[in-house]
Amino acid sequence: MTRTDPLHLLEQESIRIIREAVAEAERPVMLYSIGKDSSVMLHLALKAFYPMKPPFPLLHVDTTWKFREMIAFRDATTSRLGLELIVHTNHEGVRLGVTPFTHGSRAYTEIMKTEALRAALTTGGFDMIFGGARRDEEKSRAKERVFSFRDGRHHWDPRVQRPELWSIPNLARNRGESFRVFPLSDWTELDVWRYIAREAIPVVGLYFAARRPVVERDGQWIMVDDGRMKLLPNERPQMRTVRFRTLGCYPLTAAVASRAATVGGIVRELERTRHSERAGRLIDFDQAGSMEKKKQEGYF
Amino acid sequence: MAKGNGILRFLACGSVDDGKSTLIGHLLHLTGNLYDDHLGILEQESARMGNAGGVMDYSLLLDGLTAEREQGITIDVAYRYFSTRQRHFIVADTPGHERYTRNMATAASRCDAALILVDALQGVLPQTRRHALICALMGIRHLVFVVNKMDLAGWEEQVFRRMEAQCHTLAGDLERFGLPPAEVAVIPASALLGDNLVELSPRMPWYGGATVMGWLHAVSPWPDREESPLRFPVQYVIKTPRSNGAWQNGVAEEFRQGTGTFRAYAGTVVSGSIRCGDAVAVLPSGLATRVAAIWSGNMPVPEAGTGMAVALTLEGEHDIVRGDVICTVHDRPEVAHLFKARLVWMDDQAHFAGRRYLFKSLGGAARAEVIRLRGRIDLDSYQRLATDQFTLNDIGEAELLLSRPLPFDAYRENRETGGFILSDLLTNATVACGMILHALRRADTVQRQFEEVAPAERAALMGQKPCVLWLTGLSGAGKSAIANLLERKLHGLGRHTMLLDGDNIRQGLNKDLGFTEAARIENIRRIGEVARLMTDAGLIVITAFISPFTSERALVRSLIPQGRFVEIHVHTPLEECERRDPKGLYKRARQGEIPNFTGIDAPYEAPETPEIRIDTLAHSAAESADAIIRYLTEHNLL
Repeated sequence: MTRTDPLHLLEQESIRIIREAVAEAERPVMLYSIGKDSSVMLHLALKAFYPMKPPFPLLHVDTTWKFREMIAFRDATTSRLGLELIVHTNHEGVRLGVTPFTHGSRAYTEIMKTEALRAALTTGGFDMIFGGARRDEEKSRAKERVFSFRDGRHHWDPRVQRPELWSIPNLARNRGESFRVFPLSDWTELDVWRYIAREAIPVVGLYFAARRPVVERDGQWIMVDDGRMKLLPNERPQMRTVRFRTLGCYPLTAAVASRAATVGGIVRELERTRHSERAGRLIDFDQAGSMEKKKQEGYF
Repeated sequence: MAKGNGILRFLACGSVDDGKSTLIGHLLHLTGNLYDDHLGILEQESARMGNAGGVMDYSLLLDGLTAEREQGITIDVAYRYFSTRQRHFIVADTPGHERYTRNMATAASRCDAALILVDALQGVLPQTRRHALICALMGIRHLVFVVNKMDLAGWEEQVFRRMEAQCHTLAGDLERFGLPPAEVAVIPASALLGDNLVELSPRMPWYGGATVMGWLHAVSPWPDREESPLRFPVQYVIKTPRSNGAWQNGVAEEFRQGTGTFRAYAGTVVSGSIRCGDAVAVLPSGLATRVAAIWSGNMPVPEAGTGMAVALTLEGEHDIVRGDVICTVHDRPEVAHLFKARLVWMDDQAHFAGRRYLFKSLGGAARAEVIRLRGRIDLDSYQRLATDQFTLNDIGEAELLLSRPLPFDAYRENRETGGFILSDLLTNATVACGMILHALRRADTVQRQFEEVAPAERAALMGQKPCVLWLTGLSGAGKSAIANLLERKLHGLGRHTMLLDGDNIRQGLNKDLGFTEAARIENIRRIGEVARLMTDAGLIVITAFISPFTSERALVRSLIPQGRFVEIHVHTPLEECERRDPKGLYKRARQGEIPNFTGIDAPYEAPETPEIRIDTLAHSAAESADAIIRYLTEHNLL
């Protein structure tokens, strides 16, 4: 590792961002979505404050539709590291029977993810909220600051973002206002996997190719993770060797055909791929300017 | 992946509609950095909403906000990441609209190189000059001007040469401003069609220089911050009681042993490097200690270089807080609360001297007052123009007073510890970013505005009205003789006075100055500042210097409160001075022994409207002194 190695530079910069946010926070929290980006972000936080535990809890917004393997990984990780985990679910949404199947991806995401997140943040009074989003994921994310201001309703206004100069973010805020902080802003998907390889960071097994039960729906492979998956009349689960490039709620996240069963295999696969990461995220395409709208309302 | 060649951060800037987003989008495509599904979407969108005619509208790749796509403009910076075999790149595509200049400045503050686009049909525009200046102010020393839309200019070499001349003029103006680029290139291109982006275009055979990608591969942007003196601003203090459970798994038992608190100072080495055992100073306190250990994550390391985010433990127990700067003992940052800086004004509200803000730098936070505006930079000439306000997107110079002294370096010395932001105390908006020029040494007289004894109070205690009696005239005109008599008479009247003349200034304070025009200007500036301090102290100050230039005398006049600067022209014809020649200077000047001698081979600009004019041919020195005292009495200064 040399000082001009891109991974080294990205790592050091991210640690600096995490420390800066915590230094000016009253109640910091880290959004932990269990995915590869969250795993890297958590790993960086452990480094940033070593030998002390990171001085903030993890927050997971559980829609109840996550892959079962993800939940098991979450619980194992937090207990292994001895970290505080806050799990928030929109129980009102569950009571009303809001599911990706019944309400469509757009309403479901708004109620079970965005609304739930806003409620969890307000309840916790959190003012500095880490998220693992990267600018290379999507066009509106490419426009967002590393330290991104949110008003008292958790809304983002992309037209009047605060200037962000040098490494001197303006984190001044009034009560109720907050910042979303994205330490991985400058990382690409490939950087994330190369770093996972270099640091041997544990990630959920769903990222690795294995034979899994899937159905083909709208040209995408959807995994049948539990009995709640409603099959259409002509759909029949079949075993395919697939992996997930991105992990969300299982009915809304498509698998890709892949033989990459190790981290090294994934890195090699990504070096050759001609397809973007979020092509498998169905909610990104449910309306034009979709991600920007969700972000404005408070989605990560 | 490009190992070992680091990451090049660059931005695309220039005036609105010069094709920045198109250029970046097209570069991503030509370097194989676009995914098929993104290309597919782009093709659909180009057909549906593109503004590029029949071809791909690459700007749609970058303009990711709905409002941007609707209006066809860029509002905020888009960051894109791409790599070639040689290098990793982070590119910031910035908005050209003047209204969004602060977003462009945001990108420039982190970049090492700039692509400045120039429309071949429009040439260098005011906004081009604004962006170029901001790049230079931010310390970007590698500039490439991309003369874009050569397709619309018929691929004409003559058009390009005209544009090239304009770009070189701009670069020359930057140099005259004191911010010389290290490297300037001008490349003719078509962002839309891809000419000269990656491969040399056969449509412009008259051009044989670098392509845009070629230039980006070749630029070596990293000034060796490693060689600079160590700066380690403390970002966060890691502390935990030794006896509780707030430790990570697997932490060595030795941390947990003992009582009290484990303490480490987390931060980034922003310049220089640090080793275990190094003697260091901590500013602003000045505390001296040694580095006990350096932690990089959970790994102890013997040293840390520039850019490393580490945690230090120090020998002994100290009270060190966020914002303190750990530095080498021998080469420390300055600690001051009054300094001069360049500002880029980012707030919609205009600024006038006297308003207060929150100041934040790596050296800490404080309240700040912008006490004096020192001019606005005119974009056409890059000259400083007098101003009494800064409005949105103005670039200017000002003096700032902080509520407490903070450590800092001049921005040209250190881009990390020389920059700062100002934010509004009520709205929290970032109103300006600043680059520190230097500390101002009047610190002690201006600090603590509320507790301090005001000049008027000092004067009241002395029972007099302080003023400056500024005698100007040729060498040998009789200034010193009059000044000496004048001081004696005022002293006799019970006035507190001070005489500044060649004897006590040229041989002391200003003995480092010669007699070139620049040195003469600096000579008078310093005398003016000293005279000002002395009037602040309550004294009547008499000066006797040739002070040949009108503008310098005007400068001194501007430093002194209105009505307290009395310009006295001691008028003696040159022939008479030369005849008197009390020190034999004229004779030596005539023989060529003294160059730049006023009246012989350097000009004397006589005052046109002095308060007092004295004709020494008609009046003796004593009569002249009496005439000055009469003037002071009549004008209520005695």
